[in-house]
Amino acid sequence: MSDNGSLVSVRDATKTFRRGSEEIRVLERLDLDVPEGEFLALMGPSGSGKSTLLNLIAGLDRPTDGSVTVAGERIDRLSRTKLAAWRARHVGLVFQFYNLLPVLTAERNVELPLLLTHLSRAQRKKHVDTALGVVGLTHRKGHYPRTLSGGEQQRVGIARGIVTDPTLLLADEPTGDLDRKSGDEILELLTALNREHNKTIVMVTHDPHAARRATRVLHMSEGKLSQEAAE
Amino acid sequence: MKFMRLIVAGFRRKKIRTVLTLLSIAVAFILFGLLAAIRQALSQGVDVAGADRLVVRHKVSIIQQLPGSYEADMEQIDGVSDATHSSWFGGIYQEPANFFPQFPVQPEEYLAMYPEFLLPEDQKQEWFRTRTAAVAGRATAERFGWSVGDKIPIQATAWTRNGGQKLWDFDLVGIYDGAEQGTDTTQFLFHYDYFDEARDFGQGSVGWYIVRVAEPDDAVRIATAIDGEFANSPAETKAETEGAFVQGFADQIGNIGAIIQAIVGAVFFTILLVAGNTMAQSVRERTGEFAVLKAVGFTDTHVLSLVLMEALAVAALGGFVGLGISWFIISLGDPTGGLLPIFYFPRKDMAVGVGLVIALGLLTGLLPALQARQLRIADALRRL
Ligand SMILES: Nc1ncnc2c1ncn2[C@@H]1O[C@H](COP(=O)(O)OP(=O)(O)OP(=O)(O)O)[C@@H](O)[C@H]1O
Ligand SMILES: [Mg+2]
Repeated sequence: MSDNGSLVSVRDATKTFRRGSEEIRVLERLDLDVPEGEFLALMGPSGSGKSTLLNLIAGLDRPTDGSVTVAGERIDRLSRTKLAAWRARHVGLVFQFYNLLPVLTAERNVELPLLLTHLSRAQRKKHVDTALGVVGLTHRKGHYPRTLSGGEQQRVGIARGIVTDPTLLLADEPTGDLDRKSGDEILELLTALNREHNKTIVMVTHDPHAARRATRVLHMSEGKLSQEAAE
Repeated sequence: MKFMRLIVAGFRRKKIRTVLTLLSIAVAFILFGLLAAIRQALSQGVDVAGADRLVVRHKVSIIQQLPGSYEADMEQIDGVSDATHSSWFGGIYQEPANFFPQFPVQPEEYLAMYPEFLLPEDQKQEWFRTRTAAVAGRATAERFGWSVGDKIPIQATAWTRNGGQKLWDFDLVGIYDGAEQGTDTTQFLFHYDYFDEARDFGQGSVGWYIVRVAEPDDAVRIATAIDGEFANSPAETKAETEGAFVQGFADQIGNIGAIIQAIVGAVFFTILLVAGNTMAQSVRERTGEFAVLKAVGFTDTHVLSLVLMEALAVAALGGFVGLGISWFIISLGDPTGGLLPIFYFPRKDMAVGVGLVIALGLLTGLLPALQARQLRIADALRRL
């Protein structure tokens, strides 16, 4: 934990991108604390920097300035290799377009993060079965992604995100590509993971209906965050 | 290996493309194997030539005869441990296309000179005993379906018998095998004494001598000594190592080795471009997948090795299938029905083939692997 007891603590984070000679400031001296056990929703207009912020917390990218501390570790200072190992241990990622490997079955997709551990084949299978059980897809584990519906694919994506039992679950518009019903199922699942399995979740979403599931909602605009109480 | 499944699963991505790539690699390696065998067949003997043997021929040409008396003179020369002779008979068996070398020799001495000719003891004794007896190498015997006990009629082209008769009859009493894969088992050998006595002309002359030197390092000095011994005689000699002698023959058909190497080089350059392009394209299409792998914790090195291993696996699959097929074709034997009697896949070239497989894999995989390693997750995910 960081000194103020938050699981995630972003301090003074600035992120600029270079596009040719032009410099784009996406995050401007941004501060964010996410306490353990929170289900945080990040909202805001397109291009406001939500994904950029999520990537910093996930260790997929580094701030141009400022610090990112997760579970007491300054991840902005880790080398690329150390950061990869850190991601494997601490974060589960869920993407808008599921990003499953089409050549692998649901089961093998979920197993991917476990290939980096020292678990035996039998142990890996046990973890995969548990994760698929949590998302309710045990019966489809031998199926390839293209034979699954969008909602089912996203559940496989979530199972892959939680199979290593990570500290943090980060989701970038997890329902963005789903119809209302499937989207609701996914949100139900995330809520359960937060409530019953005490997973800390940060979710980026455009959908106010989805944000309502969160314990806290933050709005992002022009590189800054502003508070808004969850309804 | 748990990552292996990941690589193998990748093969199913674009099945047709994978199959076509594998096929083109396999074809290149089939060609490589066959050309290696052909080159070996054409330069046969050079590699297996005894380092301790010299061939002494007439200085003007191999066609010129030497006096049979030289053997004793040569054995007097310091460093020479043994000498025997052979001659070119050049007869025809049934029809001119059925070519194989026939040599009248001194059986006991000849076999002592060529220990790589393996003849069962009883056949050896039978050959030594019987004047009209002959032995043949396995390749020639099998080519014509001969077995021990057969009568082999051979038509003389130059060496007619007393009275101008052309037909020579030999009793096949033995079939020899080669101790090594490259040993020449096409020769047909019979008694010089019988030949010399029965021939129309040229009595007492021989075609060439084979000389064993005690110290292979001494070969050049001894060759010079032999040529010196017969200098200024009516029949001057040219002595050279067996390897050089055989090479001289091989060179007459042009530098086949270099031509074949050029062909193999061109084929592999093409394959390198084809397989390299396929690999690069396949990795580019999977940018998102590699980004996801990295996102879930695969390091840059993991991703680099995955791509390299995939390229190696493609090269190995195509390459070993190709080498296997060429090995199979080669093991069916001489495809020309007699022109290339020694036809096999040289072990050295097999090793080169394995090396080429690995080089092909590494070269086709290297650039895409480096690209996949450099890939920045955040950028790649945005591009999805
Ligand atoms: N790698 C990059 N290079 C250049 N510009 C970038 C890069 N990543 C993000 N940006 C820019 O930063 C800004 C914020 O992008 P970001 O993806 O964080 O927005 P977002 O809030 O997630 O938007 P959306 O809701 O559309 O996903 C955009 O203007 C984008 O063009
Ligand atoms: Mg975004």
